[in-house]
Amino acid sequence: MNQMLTKRKKLKLESDSGWGYAFIAVALIAFSLFTAYPVINAFIISLQEYRPLGSTYVGLENFVNSFSDELFWKALKNTLVYTLLTVPFNIFLSFLVAILIMPFKKKTQTIFKAVYYLPAVASGVSLAVVWLWIFDPLKSGIANQVVGFFGISNQNWLGSSATAMFSLVLMSWLSSHGTAIIIYLAALLSIDNSYYEAADIDGATFLQKLRFIVIPFLKPTTLFLLVTGVIGSFQVFQNAYLMTGGGPDHATTMVGLLIFNNAFTYFEFGEAAAQSLLLAAVIALISFLQFKFLGKDIEY
Amino acid sequence: MGLFNNNIKSKGSLFARNGLIITCLLLFAAATIFPIYFMIISSFGDPVEAGAMSYSILPPKISFESYKFFFNFSAHSWDWLKNSFIVAACITVSNVFFATLAGYAFAKMKFRGKGILFAILLGSMMIPTQVTQVPLYILIVNIFELQNTYTALIMPSIVTVYNIFLVKQFMSSIPVEIIEAAKIEGCSQPKIFWYIIMPLSKTVMAVLAILTFMAAWNDFFWPFLVTNTMDMQTIQVGLKNFRFANTTYFAPMMAGATISAVPMFILFFSLQKYFLEGVAVGAVKG
Repeated sequence: MNQMLTKRKKLKLESDSGWGYAFIAVALIAFSLFTAYPVINAFIISLQEYRPLGSTYVGLENFVNSFSDELFWKALKNTLVYTLLTVPFNIFLSFLVAILIMPFKKKTQTIFKAVYYLPAVASGVSLAVVWLWIFDPLKSGIANQVVGFFGISNQNWLGSSATAMFSLVLMSWLSSHGTAIIIYLAALLSIDNSYYEAADIDGATFLQKLRFIVIPFLKPTTLFLLVTGVIGSFQVFQNAYLMTGGGPDHATTMVGLLIFNNAFTYFEFGEAAAQSLLLAAVIALISFLQFKFLGKDIEY
Repeated sequence: MGLFNNNIKSKGSLFARNGLIITCLLLFAAATIFPIYFMIISSFGDPVEAGAMSYSILPPKISFESYKFFFNFSAHSWDWLKNSFIVAACITVSNVFFATLAGYAFAKMKFRGKGILFAILLGSMMIPTQVTQVPLYILIVNIFELQNTYTALIMPSIVTVYNIFLVKQFMSSIPVEIIEAAKIEGCSQPKIFWYIIMPLSKTVMAVLAILTFMAAWNDFFWPFLVTNTMDMQTIQVGLKNFRFANTTYFAPMMAGATISAVPMFILFFSLQKYFLEGVAVGAVKG
């Protein structure tokens, strides 16, 4: 009897059905309308020659066109180069800075965190405007003054296909590590002191502590930063759009920019949708590979 | 002892080591904030054409002429700021409220299909923005015919999956006993939410508000797509106009860039703790 009573009570306590759905209603409607429906629609549009009044079904033509388009491959290659040059370096730099901040008091740590995070707070457009002027091709441009100091001649930073990609990479190196530093620091501070104490008793050096305690402990964080970094980098659009427009000679056309141009400059919605789905497939594949090869001994 | 050995015998070598580290950190910090510094000091220059402009690291003098130039440049300079405030504020309020509601439901309530629904939401975070961008544009502009309205600027961001996820992570640590006790006392779910959950979740709501406001304020892409007259543009889109219409005026451009960044800097320095805390929430297993 008593048992039945508790069971009934428990059942009553566990059922929040009505209110549960009510609480998620707005989120669910917004999600269906602005994410789920567009994703499904992307598949439909990718099979069409889209026109606002009456689209025609063209099968896989948009996909075939993308595969035979040299520019699509070039954009994919550019994106890959950009990712390889920025993501690992930014992660390494963030790791280094986070380690170097460690010996200081909390207050000093916070000041450095704030300073390094500042570019993330400024808007991307205003940073792009500033960097445009840093890379000014005139002799008086700051980047040119700096290399001039080392005896290197004037460069047309964003206007020459030899340096345009590097200029975007340099901009990323100097402005997109704030978040990673803070995440690394939080992970570093969560390592229990007893590990270091044990290592000290064994007479471990600083580098040994780094090698056998810090790096293994931070591996999940590194994997997280790597996967999210690559996903973000593959969607890069704004800086290339605002600073070079993809030029010169498509040297900085990233996939994100190519899709944007196809859709909103040439109004080839079908082709843009097909390419966005290909991009999603590439990102999914790379993320999967990263988890498979780097995430072996990580438990979540 | 910690990662670093703070038991170095001689005071001198400890000082030397910390000095060396601080120097490296300061140099890197200088390189990081240089563009921002350069932006601010250049904005105090005279609004002369770029050819006559001298690029100096220290401001030769401080003049607000370029700011005046910026606001006189377009009849809509003030509108851009006003639009940004309206859009960012609406998106922030709706996200804080609806994401907290949904996050609470996913973390603490029991209803059929909860697991699957949450998994779908989580999975959708992996989809690149490029996939939804074209269909979303078609939906808002061609089907709903909402281009150039506040609704178009606000609606798609009314509540984001990332924010729901953030709240759910946070609320998992609230003990279930509190909620069960309230239920036994006959408290209904809306009351539990209002009187118990919200007061306990002030931190995560603040973090959410700040990160959402920052993202909405700094967003360039969506406002750029759905606005087509100057009076409906946000400050980020307005800035772009400015650059293309007037590439030769350097200092006013920097003034515009500074104006678009200053509200965020003020927010950042007054609410730094929440900003920095917010970044790590959800990324690090606590």
